[in-house]
Amino acid sequence: MKELNDFLSKNAQGDLIPWQAQVQAAEELGLSLRDVEKAALTLNLLPARYQRNRQTISTADQLKLFESKVAVIGCGGLGGYIIEELSRLGVGTIKAVDPDVFEEHNLNRQVLCRVSNLGKSKARAAEVRVHEINPAVKVIPIKDAFSRYNGMKLLEDIHVVADALDNVPTRIDLARVCETLEIPLVHGTIGGWYGQVTTQWPGEGTIQKIYRDCAETQGVERTLGNPAFTPAVIASLEVAEICKALLDQGTSLRQRMLFINMLDMEIDEIQVC
Amino acid sequence: MRVTTKLFATLRRGRFDIDTFDLPEGATVDDIITKLGIPENEVTLIFVNGRRADRATQLADGDSVALFPPVGGG
Repeated sequence: MKELNDFLSKNAQGDLIPWQAQVQAAEELGLSLRDVEKAALTLNLLPARYQRNRQTISTADQLKLFESKVAVIGCGGLGGYIIEELSRLGVGTIKAVDPDVFEEHNLNRQVLCRVSNLGKSKARAAEVRVHEINPAVKVIPIKDAFSRYNGMKLLEDIHVVADALDNVPTRIDLARVCETLEIPLVHGTIGGWYGQVTTQWPGEGTIQKIYRDCAETQGVERTLGNPAFTPAVIASLEVAEICKALLDQGTSLRQRMLFINMLDMEIDEIQVC
Repeated sequence: MRVTTKLFATLRRGRFDIDTFDLPEGATVDDIITKLGIPENEVTLIFVNGRRADRATQLADGDSVALFPPVGGG
């Protein structure tokens, strides 16, 4: 470890560690890029890839993000963007859960979907994509559907959960498991020009309150579908909520939900309590 | 009595964004939904004066009702 710390201190440019030095340290000392990133952050050195996070996220907070584990339930429209942004943000461990493979009708909006991976696992695509962007981030791909039966096991040790599901009943199961495990759940959902975001904190039962009168499996998306921009917007709001929850900063969408109408460009805040 | 109703998202189609109309005393949220011809499964979030309500909630003069459809995609 002393060898690694010496290498990093010697190769730091100011308090930044260039990517090349991170790679060289890993190769020369037989370590993973992940090990090197952790050591750098612990020395209060910032991997240079994160330099534009600064002012927004300090090096100490960057270490906190690196040590965080986020589960993304669903790797489709919302999940793809959430995973992309979490990995660029520097969240150290991402559990990507989705039972499905890519189909042609995913190409209009799912950022992980490409012509070359049609028919392939969405969860595995998340791992491949993150490895291309930020190899220090560990992705745990789970090609399985979240359910009330496997939920407790899937969310063990997770700090924050991202709801990127595509149906109401599984979302309610997810919310219940998060309540039991006392994990904050960032909820997002989309349909056509519309989307909504909120964060359920333990004990608040927000998701059940929102859907208590909904007997359907799907909402407006059943007839409206989902265009390219709606998941990108809602996913980004979810990631901002996740980032704040992990760092204990700012003001969470707690017991209030944003309802976003991109057709008329209106954002309404709804009290959910 | 006069009640203002605000519709969100798809509920606006062929209807309105916001409108105020007369209702008989004792009318409920359900009466508005029926009056507007909104199918039962198309409204899942109901607010009266910014507070969570349901179909059976009785309205009073000057109330403001907000109706949202369910959104569930990802």
